[in-house]
Amino acid sequence: MTEKVITCINCPMGCRMTVQMEGKEILKITGNTCKRGETYARQECTEPMRMVTAVVPVEGSRMPVSVKTRTPIPKARIQACMKALSGVRLTLPIHEKDVVLPDVCGTGVDVIATRTLMA
Amino acid sequence: MFDILIVGAGVVGSSVARALSRYQASILVVDAACDVAEGSSKANSGIVHAGYDAVPGTLKAKLNVRGAEMYPSLCEELGVPYRRNGAMILAFSEDDRSTLKKLYDQGIKNGVKELRIIEKEEILALEPQTSPEVVCALLVPTSGIVSPYEMAFALADHAAVNGVEFRFQTKVDSVRWEKDHWEAETNQGKIQARILVNCAGASSADLHNQMGGEKAEIIHRRGQYYILDHPDVLPFDHTMFQCPTKMGKGILVAPTVHGNVLLGPTAEDIQDPLDVATTAEGLESVLKAARLTWPGLSVRTAITNFSGVRAHEIHGDFMVGKVAGHAYEAAGMESPGLSAAPAVGEMLEEIIVREEGLEKKAQWLPAPVHPRPFNEMTDQERQAAIEADPLYGKIICRCEVVTEAEIRAAIRRPVGATSVDGVKRRTRAGMGRCQGGFCSPRVVEILAEELHIPMTSVRKGGPGSELLVGTIQEAMAKEAEA
Amino acid sequence: MTEKDLVIIGGGPAGLAAAIGAWEDGIRDMVVLEREKQAGGILRQCIHNGFGLHRFGEELTGPEYAQRDIDRAKELGIPIQCNTTVLSVTEEKVVTCVSAEKGLEIIHARAIILAMGCRERPRGALGTPGTRCAGIYTAGTAQKFVNLEGFMPGKRVVILGSGDIGLIMARRMTLQGAKVLACVELMPFSSGLNRNIVQCLQDFDIPLYLSHTVTNVEGRERLTGVTVSEVGPDRKPIPGTEIHFDCDTLLLSVGLIPENELSRTAKVELSPVTSGAVVNDLLETSVPGIFSCGNVLHVHDLVDFVSEESFKAGHAAADLILHGAKRSDTIRVLDGEGVRGTVPQMIRRGSADEVRLMFRPAGVYKNASAVVMCGDREVARKRAMIFTPGEMAVLPIPGNKVAELDGDITVKMEVKA
Repeated sequence: MTEKVITCINCPMGCRMTVQMEGKEILKITGNTCKRGETYARQECTEPMRMVTAVVPVEGSRMPVSVKTRTPIPKARIQACMKALSGVRLTLPIHEKDVVLPDVCGTGVDVIATRTLMA
Repeated sequence: MFDILIVGAGVVGSSVARALSRYQASILVVDAACDVAEGSSKANSGIVHAGYDAVPGTLKAKLNVRGAEMYPSLCEELGVPYRRNGAMILAFSEDDRSTLKKLYDQGIKNGVKELRIIEKEEILALEPQTSPEVVCALLVPTSGIVSPYEMAFALADHAAVNGVEFRFQTKVDSVRWEKDHWEAETNQGKIQARILVNCAGASSADLHNQMGGEKAEIIHRRGQYYILDHPDVLPFDHTMFQCPTKMGKGILVAPTVHGNVLLGPTAEDIQDPLDVATTAEGLESVLKAARLTWPGLSVRTAITNFSGVRAHEIHGDFMVGKVAGHAYEAAGMESPGLSAAPAVGEMLEEIIVREEGLEKKAQWLPAPVHPRPFNEMTDQERQAAIEADPLYGKIICRCEVVTEAEIRAAIRRPVGATSVDGVKRRTRAGMGRCQGGFCSPRVVEILAEELHIPMTSVRKGGPGSELLVGTIQEAMAKEAEA
Repeated sequence: MTEKDLVIIGGGPAGLAAAIGAWEDGIRDMVVLEREKQAGGILRQCIHNGFGLHRFGEELTGPEYAQRDIDRAKELGIPIQCNTTVLSVTEEKVVTCVSAEKGLEIIHARAIILAMGCRERPRGALGTPGTRCAGIYTAGTAQKFVNLEGFMPGKRVVILGSGDIGLIMARRMTLQGAKVLACVELMPFSSGLNRNIVQCLQDFDIPLYLSHTVTNVEGRERLTGVTVSEVGPDRKPIPGTEIHFDCDTLLLSVGLIPENELSRTAKVELSPVTSGAVVNDLLETSVPGIFSCGNVLHVHDLVDFVSEESFKAGHAAADLILHGAKRSDTIRVLDGEGVRGTVPQMIRRGSADEVRLMFRPAGVYKNASAVVMCGDREVARKRAMIFTPGEMAVLPIPGNKVAELDGDITVKMEVKA
């Protein structure tokens, strides 16, 4: 059996929850004050997800373009996503919501621009 | 081969360079640092002392009084902010009264005018923020304040427009006389000159000894300061000293020419003249002592702290004059070195011209005209300035209201800024309450453009102080390798 | 001198919302003055997500949030004059500003909305001893370099202060290949959101040192290291607890200060607690016709609340322009036990509009209530599992209760025994 300690992010309480696990199976969650904490702990222990935001350089523009994953991706893939983005080169113009990198690292999630940069 | 090599580009070296630029001679000024006024000249109290403090008959007394006389018109000529705000030396006990009396007598002997010992009521009437514990004070109406580094920049610029060359990051390791000239070994190679002038501040004793003078020794005395943001109303108009001790003039509370409040300095003897760190104890002692003068002091408005190192020669007086054949100096220039600087230039000019038989140039160009800072212009002047140069309409530093036009001009000055700190001291961009938080990225961009260097090569100060380590792509690539 | 109904100073989220609010109420003769080359304010460099959950029900990045207001303003035709810095505002509501394009302009306004935002506390304000080398940046300056210019300010980083911008930059620098060694917080608790502690520090195994501070800064030209010491309950360093970090960068996230220099030129009364203007429930300052909203009024945690507050300022300014001044006698809103910096500080006597009091608890209160008292009478109460200084508390007083107020009110924290 393993134990994981997780800080809840749903409210400023920041409950420190202990999750007892057997392999991938969750046996018990303690320390949460409300139901939202339990749901969060379950997600964090099975498949934690994160949005990734970054900037990508654009040829001919001083300012790089800011980008994000359209939806959260598995936390374990953050570094791979950043690495993939570091190889991306863009040209003007770029519009908000343009796909900058489709299906990043096989996550099925596109990386999209979050601002418009005109020539 | 140069005719004259001046070692040190502080306020003294710059003053000497300007004085000698009237003559037919090729002049080179070298400095180990990356800009003018990087040593004691940039980090001191900025006081033009009246001259009551020095022992009568010493060079300190003579040059201080003469220098102070020269300041008002010289600053006018050079466009340097200067104000005769007057000073008070406060006594907090009857015992201190005798010290004040001694200073008064000294001042009279040195030729300082308008000195007066005043009592508590008058002190509080003139400066209501003063501690009610005060007993009496020496009132010194002729004391002034100046921006010390701006003084040095202006002197250097004036020298440069008259042909003086400045080389920075050039550290003189040794000097020796070779038949008919001086040879200086530097980190940038050998420099030859017929005449050598030592204005090397903290290193001036070392150079003095190599030039063949009687052994001199310098003690490096560090002073720590606080700067407070400019308040709507200054707490004190006068420079407020406390009764001096043998380590120095004590902790002062003073307005600066730019309307900030200065507290300090401490006096600590240290080994390394480049050790300009501040310490928790030092800063604490500044506040503690400043509160004696100003009980209402709050550090909430502190915007920065800094320290400077002054070069105290153990014999106690300035060393100004001829050291050996074709070798001259202005060494041991601790306080009142800033006050004396113009007079030191004048004195060395006179000696060197006499000894070396220099001839005046047919034409000596006037100091370059600096437009009034945008921050001090009237609306009409601002409108005209923007019409003439639209970059006056671009405010880069919000706290001190400095425009892009002024920042570019500072970089293009005869001895121009090459770093963020250089821009800051020449324009005040980044001197304000946010300490460059907003403007430094823009200043970095402008420096890169003006100097034709990549953003990553722009420095805060000297080599090794680059502000940016690379582009984000480079950082990622490096990590991938590692 | 030109005349305008409304001048809004600042084109960040506060200024844009205020402009939209005023326009929707019928004001047309107005201008938003923005010093940067684009509107959007600090959101432009906040490329992370987490904005807009309250207002739009979705998580946007900073640029996306800003763009919604910019698009709306454009659609309405609100003039936003960029690259324009306001130099002064007077009590008579004369605004002096400069731009390269138009030179010096003097505008006399019937109403002014101050929306200048805030700035970061610099190192000097902390009195941290040591050298003054390169490599020390406020977190926001570093954020600007990285996100708007694409440059890295350093490789090995220590962060002083656990404010949200510092935490966000810990993650940002890490993702961009830097090593963040520690986040150091003077207080025994973080001032940042839990979510940021988890996702910006814990996700990357960056240690958070609570009750610690930086006690020395080393490095002649570029930073080479910092000393971190534990502090006692008096927040003074404890000798013997020093930890040394070799680093080339120190980022400061030690507090935000409303940027009220222009409010001062206009002789607007400022609160020593919030460092922002003293306002009534219409967000009108002590100078009639000058309003204040957003981070220049008091530092918010969430931009959603900045927008909400600023729409209100826009509506109030429009009402003043269209229907004349409605100033009346006011009652005062006072900070009671455990409460700091309640805004607004005044409520118009006789008003029947809902008032949303905002304040910061002075400490961490669990299972507590924030209570509004008028004399011995309880006017409003909000119970929560936790109140922390890191999260602005909002306490609404319904309109009917406001109408009943007959004297000064006090906001205080109450912990259940």
